[in-house]
Amino acid sequence: MKGASSRLPAAARAIIAGDHRVLARTITAVENGDPSADAVVRSLYPRSGRAPVVGITGPLGVGKSSLVNALVGRLRSLGQTVGVVGVDPSSPFTGGSVLGDRIRLERRADDNGVFFRSMASRGAAGGVAGATREVSRLLDAAGFDVILVETVGSGQVDVAIRDIASTSIVVVVPHLGDEVQTLKAGLFEIADLFCVNKVDLPGAELAKRDLSELVTLGGRPSGWSPRIVGTSTVEPTVGIDELWNDVLAHEKFLDDSGERTQGERRRLSSEIVGLARDHVGRELMHRLESDPALRRLLDDVVARRLDPRTAADRLVGRGRRSR
Amino acid sequence: MPMARAARKAPIRVLIAKPGLDGHDRGAKVVARALRDAGMEVIYAGLRQTPEEIVRAALEEDVDLIGLSILSGAHMALFPRVLALLKSQGGHPIPVFAGGIIPDEDARRLKKAGIRAIFGPGTSLEEIVATAQSLARHSA
Repeated sequence: MKGASSRLPAAARAIIAGDHRVLARTITAVENGDPSADAVVRSLYPRSGRAPVVGITGPLGVGKSSLVNALVGRLRSLGQTVGVVGVDPSSPFTGGSVLGDRIRLERRADDNGVFFRSMASRGAAGGVAGATREVSRLLDAAGFDVILVETVGSGQVDVAIRDIASTSIVVVVPHLGDEVQTLKAGLFEIADLFCVNKVDLPGAELAKRDLSELVTLGGRPSGWSPRIVGTSTVEPTVGIDELWNDVLAHEKFLDDSGERTQGERRRLSSEIVGLARDHVGRELMHRLESDPALRRLLDDVVARRLDPRTAADRLVGRGRRSR
Repeated sequence: MPMARAARKAPIRVLIAKPGLDGHDRGAKVVARALRDAGMEVIYAGLRQTPEEIVRAALEEDVDLIGLSILSGAHMALFPRVLALLKSQGGHPIPVFAGGIIPDEDARRLKKAGIRAIFGPGTSLEEIVATAQSLARHSA
């Protein structure tokens, strides 16, 4: 057990040095659950947690990819480097996917200040892929100043971005529904900022007003009151500077209020428990399948001689004794 | 259980891009869809991509395969440029296949230059998918 920073794996050193090819390869390995990425991911963790991670979520077709492109342009003009992860859905039938978030990206091909990675959801629910958190963390450790994570077109319960992003932008467009929609639980609850995109369309004022009413009904327990920005990504763009300034205002609020640490603790505890649960689950599944005594347990449940709850108790109890 | 198998095995990642200035992307979209249905992750980069943009996208996305579609007639200028840039980036070579309106004589020269397969009008999607799978398998 050497200190994490003194003996970094070669790939980790390459990523820190700005080698985008090694970064891309490592991302693939993380996505595929390839054990070769394990040491890199572990060793780079201490270097993450520096960049704001900005989530861009909202229903399909509201303009998330165009907004990401506009934000990338804005950030580059400010001299900031940007890592982007764009998630699109995988087919539940074939596992295939068409990843189209890149299509809106406009940047100079020789600009090393932007790294864009498309990612398929690979069966994960909640709006992001299982590996999105670790990949955004790799981009952070690679030294990008800002990380943008674009979710799949989200439904009302797709709130997993909250476990990854320090600031979540919920993007809507005019005529998505009446004000009752804004009262419903789920997606609208996680917004640190609301973005009414395509603000040049009729109905934009009404949409902004409905959201303002939602916000005045009560902010977050943290005391943050979500801001509402109207944007258009059609040239000449509208509201992009304001949107970014509001992201920065929220990031500053996180620091000033102590919410950043609170949020990090909440996110990381759920990550640790999730990883541990996967670990223990795999181990128990292995035992259930390989230990003859435990296989009989399963036979008993199948034959209705035993109920699943009692079998689970015994599975865990037996696991403890055999240690 | 084809679904579980597809989820466990790492999917083939393929970049589909249109170099050049024509706006006819129906062919590229049909191929993207067919590769998706064959279980691949298709990064669709869209229209009017420069060779530099295509190569950068291929590296960032760490694809196993690149498919280029072109109908403008500029393939003799643009395809070799993509190949040259890929080569100059080092690393293991990413196989490139192409489709569009490409005369036989040009196709012969492009294949000699390193384009692995060229599909003209009327090629079946089955043939494109099978070729893509075999190219990706052998590049890994």
